[in-house]
Amino acid sequence: MTLATQRIAVPRRRAATPRRRAGGAAGYLFVAGYTVLLLAFGVFPTCYAFYLAYTNEAGSFTGLNQFTKVAADPRFGPAFSHVLLYLVLWLVALVVLTVLVAVVLRSRVRASVSALFRFLYYLPGALAGVASVLVWLFMLDPDVSPVSWLLKAMGLDTFAAVLAPGDLPVIFMLIAFWTGAGGWMVVMYGALNNIPDEVLEAARMDGAGPWRTAWHIQIPMIRQWIAYMTILAFAGGTQLFVEPQLLQTASLGRVSPAWSPNQLAYVYAFQQGDFNGAAAISVFLLALGLLCAGLLVWRSNMFTLDEK
Amino acid sequence: MRSSGSPRTALRRRAERAGAALAALAAAAVLAGCASADPVKDTGAQPGHADFKPVAQKDGSPITVWADSTRLPSVQAYQKAHPDVKMKIVTYDGGADGSTYLQTKVQLFDRTGNGWPDVVFGTPTDVTWASAPTKPGAKPFAAPLDQKLVPQSTLDGFAKGSLTPCQFNGHTYCLRNDIAQVVLWYNKSLMDRWGYQVPTTWAQYEALGLKVAKEHPGYLVGSAGDTNSQESYLWSSQCPAFDLVKPDTLRVDLQDPKCTRMTTLLDKLISAKAVSTEGFFSQGFAKSSGSKVLMAYGPSWYGQYLFKTAFHTPAKQMAAAAPLTWPGETTASTGNVGGGVWMVSSHSANLKASAALATWLTTSNDNQAAAPTYPAYTPAATAWLANPANRDYFAADVSAPFQQAANSVWTGWSNTKFSDATAWSSVVLPALTDGKTLTATLPAWQKAISDEAKSNGYQVTNQ
Repeated sequence: MTLATQRIAVPRRRAATPRRRAGGAAGYLFVAGYTVLLLAFGVFPTCYAFYLAYTNEAGSFTGLNQFTKVAADPRFGPAFSHVLLYLVLWLVALVVLTVLVAVVLRSRVRASVSALFRFLYYLPGALAGVASVLVWLFMLDPDVSPVSWLLKAMGLDTFAAVLAPGDLPVIFMLIAFWTGAGGWMVVMYGALNNIPDEVLEAARMDGAGPWRTAWHIQIPMIRQWIAYMTILAFAGGTQLFVEPQLLQTASLGRVSPAWSPNQLAYVYAFQQGDFNGAAAISVFLLALGLLCAGLLVWRSNMFTLDEK
Repeated sequence: MRSSGSPRTALRRRAERAGAALAALAAAAVLAGCASADPVKDTGAQPGHADFKPVAQKDGSPITVWADSTRLPSVQAYQKAHPDVKMKIVTYDGGADGSTYLQTKVQLFDRTGNGWPDVVFGTPTDVTWASAPTKPGAKPFAAPLDQKLVPQSTLDGFAKGSLTPCQFNGHTYCLRNDIAQVVLWYNKSLMDRWGYQVPTTWAQYEALGLKVAKEHPGYLVGSAGDTNSQESYLWSSQCPAFDLVKPDTLRVDLQDPKCTRMTTLLDKLISAKAVSTEGFFSQGFAKSSGSKVLMAYGPSWYGQYLFKTAFHTPAKQMAAAAPLTWPGETTASTGNVGGGVWMVSSHSANLKASAALATWLTTSNDNQAAAPTYPAYTPAATAWLANPANRDYFAADVSAPFQQAANSVWTGWSNTKFSDATAWSSVVLPALTDGKTLTATLPAWQKAISDEAKSNGYQVTNQ
């Protein structure tokens, strides 16, 4: 995929340079559709959420009162700590395993076999989100699971036992990894492909084995990609909603309906009828996401490297 | 003390200090000028329907009906019998435990200003939010039926206390479709074969449970693992878990002896393995233990829905007995597990047709005699019990225990704006699965209910 885009992108950029002005109208036309949709369904709702978070039901300005109100909710702290624990597990597993698998596929596996593996890894991600969770509902229920022997060997005889509150972050990490990591392995593989052969050749001449090459050459050279993956996975992870929500329904309520912050916002909006409180929780989430993304961009020098 | 440095630094410092003070003042002014996050709760206003003003009525205009799949045939039967009434029927998940679909939709309709269905089937929990506005200036969703929509004589015909969940601020907002009064179910064939007496008190129930555990290990006298087990057991024990002492004040006192007497009893039976911590309705239960249920303390609909449909218990085995009593009680109090309601929308442009439909659905013998669950309307309940389809499956006549239980539902367990299933399922059940006792989980359950109540705008007392 990466190679294909490069091949197309390079000649177009060259051709476009001399007559940039003339191509303007078509260019604007092409981006216009997306921009309109972005404004309507991305920017406007965000602004509306900010408006709601700073007002009350009657529409009067409330300052930070909505924020202090939702933060004082006894479900607020647990919801955020659940998701933070899940994020730590998920991001560590994602970064370590995707990079490891990509490096092994790139350097230790024959090209044809590697292509097959990459295809297989990508498959679960192609399933729609809800369908993937349903697959896991079957996997985790000892009554119907094809790996019920494994669950039973772990002392988990019933679906209820599998859903012990302490195990939920691990379960959601497994689901997220299964659905999301395959796609990232393919991307990491593409990133490794971008490293010039001469560099790897030089490393080999200097006597570096595959692992030393991976650690000292390959991984540092795709650091930006790893940071990029982490930011996107983090942003997606804070939005955790479908998995706990479906598990809540399937387990007949054994999972709290306010397990994650997004679910808590949902409860606020649609059960308590408090759209302002729900908006305040969303703004909390947005701030958290921006803060962590900013931190990662800053620590990984992503944009500095880009300018080189 | 350190010298204050050069005059210039001092000046800057003073300026900084003045700036900070100004900023603080400004912030305080802004915050003081801020409205509260919750204007409705602050004024304590609970605008009801004392001044119910219907929207402009259009005779003969079509009505939209939302029903769950169980109630769908009844609505279709009405449509067939009344072809002049224009109806649009929508099936939705209206009866599921803690389902908030209707509430979610009405919140949105209240924002967009249209889309409300005219008649809906819902749970008693739905009436708590439907009888109050979802936001300032909104009309409460449910119309007060006692205001010229349903005659008082009809309302008087419902079983004692069955309309309590429908009543707020002195008005009646729904018609109760069925009562899910809790009775003692038992397998008569097994009880006879083993020579056991059907218990009439909780002490006898406990003693028999312990005996069964010894003599017939694997057989069960109940389950505490369902989303609604608390309604069967703790409601029947008159545990003040959901006691609305005032419309906005909820009493949650789980250390009350009326709660602990039941949890202690259940803990004993659970540790003897006579009461399951797996729910009757959990996956796999019907297959693994469905045939081993000797007794079950649960709602009247267990007969058809649990034993006949889910467990495939053969006919002429199951029977029902009256609710159990505690020492010192002459009459039993029992619980209630669900029991649907019909509401009419206050936004309906054809209130006449809507109210007529809701009345027919709940009170007509034509409909209720063949209804799947025990009707709340007393004359209809008599017709229901007379219907062979509702009694042939059982080993003995269920009429007397059903009627007795229908009039014994304890009214101290109130309907609140939130479902009583949420905290029970997400806090108590995982703890039970983890091997904790019910009694040990009471503080956590009390906290979860109290927290949920507070965030729904209730004041909470734990005494």
